[in-house]
Amino acid sequence: MPASIGYLISFLGAILEISVVVCSLKRHAFRRYLCLNLYMLSTVVVSIGRHQVLSHFGLRSSEYRYTYYYSDALLTIFLYLALITLYLHVFDEMKVEKYVRLTAVLLLAGTALFSYAVVHQSFHSFDKLLAGFVFELSQNLYFVGLVLTYVLWGAILKLRETRAQLIQLVLSLGVYFSAFAAAFALKNMFPYLQSVTYIAPVLGCLLPLAWANAFWRLSPDARMVPARLAVVPR
Amino acid sequence: MATLIFLLSAAALLQFFISYSRSLIAASIKQPLSAEVRDVTGIPNSASGDDFARVLQLLELCPERPEERGRIRAISAYFGLLTAMRSTVARIIPTLVAWTDMERGQCAYFAAVTLDRRIAFSRDMLAQQIDV
Repeated sequence: MPASIGYLISFLGAILEISVVVCSLKRHAFRRYLCLNLYMLSTVVVSIGRHQVLSHFGLRSSEYRYTYYYSDALLTIFLYLALITLYLHVFDEMKVEKYVRLTAVLLLAGTALFSYAVVHQSFHSFDKLLAGFVFELSQNLYFVGLVLTYVLWGAILKLRETRAQLIQLVLSLGVYFSAFAAAFALKNMFPYLQSVTYIAPVLGCLLPLAWANAFWRLSPDARMVPARLAVVPR
Repeated sequence: MATLIFLLSAAALLQFFISYSRSLIAASIKQPLSAEVRDVTGIPNSASGDDFARVLQLLELCPERPEERGRIRAISAYFGLLTAMRSTVARIIPTLVAWTDMERGQCAYFAAVTLDRRIAFSRDMLAQQIDV
């Protein structure tokens, strides 16, 4: 990807991420969706950090590559935690907070163990093993995130959750996770396909755009019937 | 394995995208159109999919509101998906024709509601400029 396009997408992404926080502050939703907002702030910080490393060491340097993949894994874990807080919102009346948290931690640990099991035979040096593990964990967490979002959407339909803002946050997260998981799979199927490299940064802009829209357009009290949104009528 | 993940992810993406687009439309579907927009667009109470392109052309004539840009693009993409489904899959499964027609009509209605908002926005801006 040409550097100028990369910079432009990265800059646009950072603007949109800041706008999510501004919109939620304006609409008094910052504390309600604290983890989502913290995730957005951390993506801005990571973008600035990546830019610093890029300008010091260059695009092809190992420093930039390591920074990129390690920070990506960290952000994926943050997004996973943000998704779990959406579970807590949906199940808040059922008083199952403790079980949701425990399951989330076990699932995260299980994904990390699985990722380690996949990479530990392929690499012999510690540095390469760690880099391979971080990449594998990130990729697997996207798929786990997709499955969890799908389950959460099923729960929203089943429990007849009507909070419009929450529904839009979950659906946009579903679009994001599934698009990323598909892009990762496509990259594995066709490693030399160049157009896939454009997909990730563009998708990175779509999630904050959708979240900013949800915070700005919908009041916390707005309601909708989720069954009408389902592809298969219920 | 990658092929399986790709197929599952693509199916989930399609489902989430359709539901997300419908959630965007749902917010505007209850809103009645002003008499002015009904006259301009020729949409009486319910719109048909054939009106969508015309309403989009009218939308381009009005000053854009930045917060609407993303939603219009998402719904345009959804409309494109529905049109593609109508001319491919719906030929094999005829029950899909009625569903895609209804959804395309709702996309056109969404665009008409957006046009209504843009006209009101332009009018407010003009009034503010006259005041200044």
